[in-house]
Amino acid sequence: MFLINCPYCGERDQSEFSAGGEAHIVRPKQPTELSDDQWAEFLFMRKNIKGVQLERWNHAHGCRKWFNMVRDTSNDKIHAVYKMGEKPPLK
Amino acid sequence: MSKDLRIINNKFIDQTTRISFKFDDKTLYGFKGDTLASALLANNIHLVGRSFKYHRPRGIMACGSEEPNAIVQVGNDDSMTEPNTRATEIELYEGLEVSSQNCWPSVNFDIGAINNFFSPLIPAAFYYKTFMWPANFWKIYEYFIRKSAGLGKSPTKPDKDIYDHRYLHCDVLIVGGGISGIIAAKTAAKNNLNTVLIEDKNILGGTTIFQENECFKINNSYSNEWLKKEIETLKSLKNLTIKTRTSLAAYHSYNYLLARENLTDHLDINEKKDKIRQRLWKIRAKKVILATGSMERPLIFNNNDRPGIMLSSSIKKYIDFYGVKCGQKISLFTNNDSIYETAISLNNSGVSVNSIVDIRDKTNSLIVKQAEKLGIKVHWKSSIVNTNGYKKINSIEIMQLSDDGNDVVGKKIKEECDCLGISGGWTPRVHLFTQSGGKLKFRDEDNVFLPNKSELDQISIGSCNGDFELDEIIKNAADSINKFLKVNNNDYENLEIITSKEINKKNIWLLPSDKPLGKTKSFLDFQNDSTANDVKLALREGFKSIEHVKRYTTTGMATDQGKLSNMHALGIIAETAGVKMGELGTTTFRPPYTPLTFGTIVGRNVGEFFDITRKTPVHDWHVENKAEFENVGQWKRAWYYPIENENMHEAVQRESKAARDSAGILDASTLGKIDIQGSDASEFLNRVYTNAWSKLEIGKCRYGLMLNEDGMVYDDGVTTRLSENHYLMTTTTGGAANVLSKLEDYLQTEWPELDVYLTSVTDHYGTVSICGPNSKKILSKVIPDLDLSDKEFPHMSFKNVLVDNIKCRVMRISFTGEHSYEINIQSSYAKSVWEKCFEAGKEFNITPYGTETMHLLRAEKGFIIAGQDTDGTMTPLDLQMDWIISKKKYDFIGKRSLYRSDTVREDRKQLVGLLTDDPKEILEEGAQIVAETNKQPIEMLGHVTSSYFSPNLNKSIALAVVKNGKKLKGQKLFVPMKNKTINVTITDTVFLDKENKRLNA
Ligand SMILES: [Zn+2]
Repeated sequence: MFLINCPYCGERDQSEFSAGGEAHIVRPKQPTELSDDQWAEFLFMRKNIKGVQLERWNHAHGCRKWFNMVRDTSNDKIHAVYKMGEKPPLK
Repeated sequence: MSKDLRIINNKFIDQTTRISFKFDDKTLYGFKGDTLASALLANNIHLVGRSFKYHRPRGIMACGSEEPNAIVQVGNDDSMTEPNTRATEIELYEGLEVSSQNCWPSVNFDIGAINNFFSPLIPAAFYYKTFMWPANFWKIYEYFIRKSAGLGKSPTKPDKDIYDHRYLHCDVLIVGGGISGIIAAKTAAKNNLNTVLIEDKNILGGTTIFQENECFKINNSYSNEWLKKEIETLKSLKNLTIKTRTSLAAYHSYNYLLARENLTDHLDINEKKDKIRQRLWKIRAKKVILATGSMERPLIFNNNDRPGIMLSSSIKKYIDFYGVKCGQKISLFTNNDSIYETAISLNNSGVSVNSIVDIRDKTNSLIVKQAEKLGIKVHWKSSIVNTNGYKKINSIEIMQLSDDGNDVVGKKIKEECDCLGISGGWTPRVHLFTQSGGKLKFRDEDNVFLPNKSELDQISIGSCNGDFELDEIIKNAADSINKFLKVNNNDYENLEIITSKEINKKNIWLLPSDKPLGKTKSFLDFQNDSTANDVKLALREGFKSIEHVKRYTTTGMATDQGKLSNMHALGIIAETAGVKMGELGTTTFRPPYTPLTFGTIVGRNVGEFFDITRKTPVHDWHVENKAEFENVGQWKRAWYYPIENENMHEAVQRESKAARDSAGILDASTLGKIDIQGSDASEFLNRVYTNAWSKLEIGKCRYGLMLNEDGMVYDDGVTTRLSENHYLMTTTTGGAANVLSKLEDYLQTEWPELDVYLTSVTDHYGTVSICGPNSKKILSKVIPDLDLSDKEFPHMSFKNVLVDNIKCRVMRISFTGEHSYEINIQSSYAKSVWEKCFEAGKEFNITPYGTETMHLLRAEKGFIIAGQDTDGTMTPLDLQMDWIISKKKYDFIGKRSLYRSDTVREDRKQLVGLLTDDPKEILEEGAQIVAETNKQPIEMLGHVTSSYFSPNLNKSIALAVVKNGKKLKGQKLFVPMKNKTINVTITDTVFLDKENKRLNA
């Protein structure tokens, strides 16, 4: 069970959070101009890599804020958390 | 108690306090401090169970959690009986009742033992291979397998005991209170670290605490005396919490650990009452030190499973700790030095040791020399090729080993004995380390897997880290603790340590016999009865992966998770397959380390505390008025209100009719309510709903449909514009939390530029819904000042009103198709307003109705329930709700998906109405719909989603999703049921008042 450092609240138990999948997938501003394939790319395609991945997390049972996380899926190490709208910290 | 099996030894148990207990209905006696196992052994009882497959007699083998054989059923109360409990871990108490398991009719006469004679017919995976066909024979197989194989029985009534959960945070958690754990605890606590030490036994000190041997001394004291003083010093340390009888169950990532503390299991029956039985500690530790020790390995040789064959270190503990002799004429069999300590202990306690059979060439370590000095005979370079005795070992057969160790040679010597101690070396307890994600390395020299790499802030010390000799344990533990905790403790420097060093190491995984391999029974997994032959057979049949061999032979899959057997299984596989053990890898050890009771896992979350119950502010009224309740998520909703002996159908028919004929009243408080404010609130609603919102006037309500980004219907509800920048959104009861978090997600991540604030107000308002042709008259009595004319207060509009000075919001909206109002009241006043409405409605026979009637009434009007008529694969077009999709809006959530190639397919499943040819026939929800009846296989066109008997139409009605349904209106289809086929016709989804005249009636 992770210990997650919410950028707004500090360290909290994983049970307070919910995971929201891959980060930095921006909803297209003009969906109507996209082909079926382009829209499907946004809608369905997720990388799910083994290794360092950027993820969305929500402090659901806390401040309810969404934020991003740099996590290594191979060993569950959380390298960093950062707020929505911020760039991922370079490693 | 056989007097001659006890020696006087009061160091750890109280031999002045006699305790009576029952084993298989026979009353026996032991002492305070005994385990069930030590007490049974003192009563000369070795045979405690039968093996799983062959039903061979099995006896106590070990003295701790690794015990594979002595698993018993504790207690015979319907609500408190526990199967699969290890006799070696049960502390004796007055009133204890246990029975042996897996034997029928009794442990001494067991019908299943006939399997033993047929055992050549029961090889690995016998059950998989044999009981396959014909399928209908399974009934017969199952009866016999269950009858003769069951592993204990479960309680049939609720557990009466109390269990508890607690959190614990600490700087350092130390698992294991043996010598290295004690060194760690002292070092950490002395350096001002908040330290917790847990130990699964009832006292600290591990095996060193009863090690009183010339070959193991520290500063001129016996190792046990030195350790006793160390334990004394722990008492003065303020930062240290010690928890005995506490076993670590699971070690998860981020140093999150679960430990089970046993609080009352050791107490007398009458002392247990009203106390918490077990507590689950949820521990978050900054640093973890694993000092879990090691366990002795058995040896794998022919007939190595007879009662009386025990691990040598256990025999030592029974004599040195409990004062119990495991036999009067004990033989020993080893591949290493540690058995010589047992021999010396036995000798010092006056138990004669027949001889030690040692597979090694003669060795001259300190301890071996001491044993030989005491006159103990050793058969060097020898092996045991067979054992005899059915219910108890009575002799062993010894032969010389060939030089390569693959064969036995020379003359067979028979030695009589009543107990055989075996030692195959030591296995570090790395289970918790691997549970936590740690990777192991293999040390060839003594064939052990050791902790290698971990991502967590943790270390392993002592014998679980591969240090087996006293000086190494102390020195290496002290050094690595200092480094790990970044402290400088020099208490353990410059100690004068005497320890016997093992010089000669040798290992043979499967010891040879004079009989060929197929004729021997060399057991690997004692609990699951898998033999070395089974593993070899699996390899011959082509299994390569250790995980596959494990499952195929069930080696290591019993309740002990193969604590004793895994290493040998790996060794034999590696040898047979010709690979190195380090390359083979190990199987996975999964939590819990030892089994947990369900009670401990659920703690206080039982009965009414199992889940949260949400009640509406009007709940008490429903109870007083004899409502039946339905669970909707966590909500308790009034389902229907039976009068006298009405059943559900009768009550619902009456309620439905009353609501349309005069007036009905419904508690709609559970509907999700979200308060939406901000200058961009209208724009926000435009983006989340399929229809247009910017032009909605203040004071007006609108129905909205919300989609997922994939175009599928997600939720629906009515939203009211309270003021310029203020809306009140309602959602379905079940969808409230999800809708809020979805909206928050979009606001925070996709549209942070929008000025919108969302607040859940579901619990803040109660909602009273009045419907029916007389609803207007009733409301005018409740709120006389309000102009209820269609002009002033039309359908889909809202008013702020006062009911007896209570501020309320009244919406004129309808989910039944009737003229209807919903009054939203601050929760604390909701019941009083409900009662007022009910009182005012009495002259109109106002009828309270529940969720079932609500569902029926809306179905008559063809209104969908998101989640019942939709299932995450329905678009608004599939629902024939094209009218709600704005053509003008550039974008909304899910819009683009509505014209993907799949969503524009014309033959998708679409929502339709269904009428049965026989108007009295009510369809079953979920029933399949087909176009033909006498074809196989037949295409399923869809299924029934909602179905009721409508009292207002006096016929059965249903909603369904049917492939290409839009174009099939008037089509005859069939609903095949178990005993009949029901003829149906596809219709429009609206069954009643197609022109919506009743809304303004
Ligand atoms: Zn937070």
